[in-house]
Amino acid sequence: MEKVAEKVSADTPATAKTVLEVEGLKTYFFVRQGVVKAVDDISFSLKAGEKLAIVGESGCGKSMTALSILRLVPDPPGRIVAGSIKLDGKDLLKLSDAEMRKIRGNQISMIFQEPMTSLNPVWSIGNQISEAVMLHQNVSRHEAFDKAVEMLKLVKIPEPSRRAREYPHQLSGGMRQRAMTAMALACNPHVLLADEPTTALDVTIQAQILDLILELQERLGTAVVLITHDLGVVAETAKRVIVMYGGKIVEEAAVEDLFENPLHPYTQGLLAAVPHLAALSTQAGEAASRNRLKEIPGIVPALVNLPKGCVFAPRCPHASDVCRNEYPPYEMKQPGHGVACWHAGKLAGGAHA
Amino acid sequence: MSPPPSESAASTIGGHSESGPAANVSFDAELARAGANVNSRWGMALFLAKRYPLGGVGLAIVTLFILVAVFAPLITGHDPLATNPSISLAKPAAAHLMGTDFMGRDLFSRVIYGARTSLAVAFGATLLGVVFGVLIGLASGYLGGWVDLTTQRVIDMLQALPTLILAMAMAAALGPSLTNTIIAIAIPKLPSIARVIRASTLSLREMPFVEAARAMGMSEMRIALRHILPNTLAPLIVLATAGLGSAILVEASLSFLGLGVPEPHPSWGRMLSESAAEYVRTAPWLVIFPGLAITFAVFGTNLLGDALRDILDPRQRTSN
Repeated sequence: MEKVAEKVSADTPATAKTVLEVEGLKTYFFVRQGVVKAVDDISFSLKAGEKLAIVGESGCGKSMTALSILRLVPDPPGRIVAGSIKLDGKDLLKLSDAEMRKIRGNQISMIFQEPMTSLNPVWSIGNQISEAVMLHQNVSRHEAFDKAVEMLKLVKIPEPSRRAREYPHQLSGGMRQRAMTAMALACNPHVLLADEPTTALDVTIQAQILDLILELQERLGTAVVLITHDLGVVAETAKRVIVMYGGKIVEEAAVEDLFENPLHPYTQGLLAAVPHLAALSTQAGEAASRNRLKEIPGIVPALVNLPKGCVFAPRCPHASDVCRNEYPPYEMKQPGHGVACWHAGKLAGGAHA
Repeated sequence: MSPPPSESAASTIGGHSESGPAANVSFDAELARAGANVNSRWGMALFLAKRYPLGGVGLAIVTLFILVAVFAPLITGHDPLATNPSISLAKPAAAHLMGTDFMGRDLFSRVIYGARTSLAVAFGATLLGVVFGVLIGLASGYLGGWVDLTTQRVIDMLQALPTLILAMAMAAALGPSLTNTIIAIAIPKLPSIARVIRASTLSLREMPFVEAARAMGMSEMRIALRHILPNTLAPLIVLATAGLGSAILVEASLSFLGLGVPEPHPSWGRMLSESAAEYVRTAPWLVIFPGLAITFAVFGTNLLGDALRDILDPRQRTSN
């Protein structure tokens, strides 16, 4: 494992090869009320060792994108209807189920939101990690268990050889998420999908888990897709950000660029909705009503039978007739900064007040 | 007594409960909280026996019957099948502790060897019922869809018939033999076991750890057998133990009716049926001793089953 880590970290992210390439991915759910376009024509790529964040409100298709990559969309009613997902140039959508199982947990791993219930209560954590190792590597039970202990040590669980024999209920939430991370990274995957890995944890533990994931991804050279709704987490961790709304990518940019110069009204709304400690404290004496946290009016639309036009138009302060009638094309406004908005040019610079 | 932790499968779905759905998991922790020495098996056994004295009695009775069945030739010197007309219907005495039957066979040896038959049928039928019940319930709950629909309708039909009637029909159709008796008793057991396993499977398959297992690249078969099945064991153990007593009773009933274990295997039920009508007044020991054996065996397994239910299922606990 040490050898692999050295080899990969020698590459710099700029010259690194693309490990994951998603193109025109469409995941639809066929329900009685109609077709839910949970993921609608999404394309992005991920380089080896890269840190990518996908942000957006609940129900905008973030988790479904991750599950689509692993081909774990509940079917029925969901189905990937179009697109390609290439891992090291190999299209995952063309693989058989058995071939796909060899990819999951081995080349692409996932950490889930619920550390409390993502581990099986009847098996010890060492047992569960070694099961994952034995599934993908031809090693004995004993070697796999040693590997599990080593992984637990790597995720900084104290007394790893004793903890490996403990059951999930004997560990705290943060410990369990560490164990999940150990399991996900045990086979040295190329890509780690972290679906809101810190949402269920309390704030002090969140930072620890994020630091841990980042440290390990640098050490092991894993590319990380961090799915979150927390822009604070994005600012701390990712290099590149994809903003999703209504199953579509509405903006993509480097993290500094996005925070300084958001082009899409939705991104601007999201950033404005982050509480600013400085703003609050300087105007603390003034009327509280003027300092109320900004919000984006309305709610995420149900993705059943969407009307034509921009999905965000009903909630957008800048919406015009063209927005309501035609979906805006996704365009590169600046190098490395793409956006899908009719008014993106005019709105540039008009970020959070 | 500590408050029951949320160990039920239903209450943990989507929740942030500390423990998983299986009762046997936080079991150790809970015992430790109650003051048991969980690090030593004997310490735990002692603690449980103290808390559930009736369960201890049940376990003692079941253990006694198992020992008697295993060491039957060492306990009695008489051949349970040897007839001796000269001592027909002898009263209980030192030579024949429980007397003899109308063919002069030693009743004590027959009761002792009868334990073999009864336990073979009880454990055999329970094992058979559990294996197939679990497979049916697991497949039904995990696969869902038309598999679930068809198996559940068959289960409905089986469940509509009373246990004894179904066992009688099976025994009559299969013919009398030890194996057939076991099968006949196992089949009526299937519905309840399959239902219990299906119910837990339905809630367990929606648990995040199942999705996590899938994301680790495990096959559906592996998930069902290694990750779902062990979580359903607590209710299964209770059901199986409680079912031992009823299996013994059904075997006795079938043998009483002449549909059970055939000659020459000594069976408590048939001993009753041979003697009840003709000899109950003249030689009551022929009825009393096999009857006592049946009573104690059923009593013991039921006590053990009740205690296991209380131990493994906190929802059933009363404040004692």
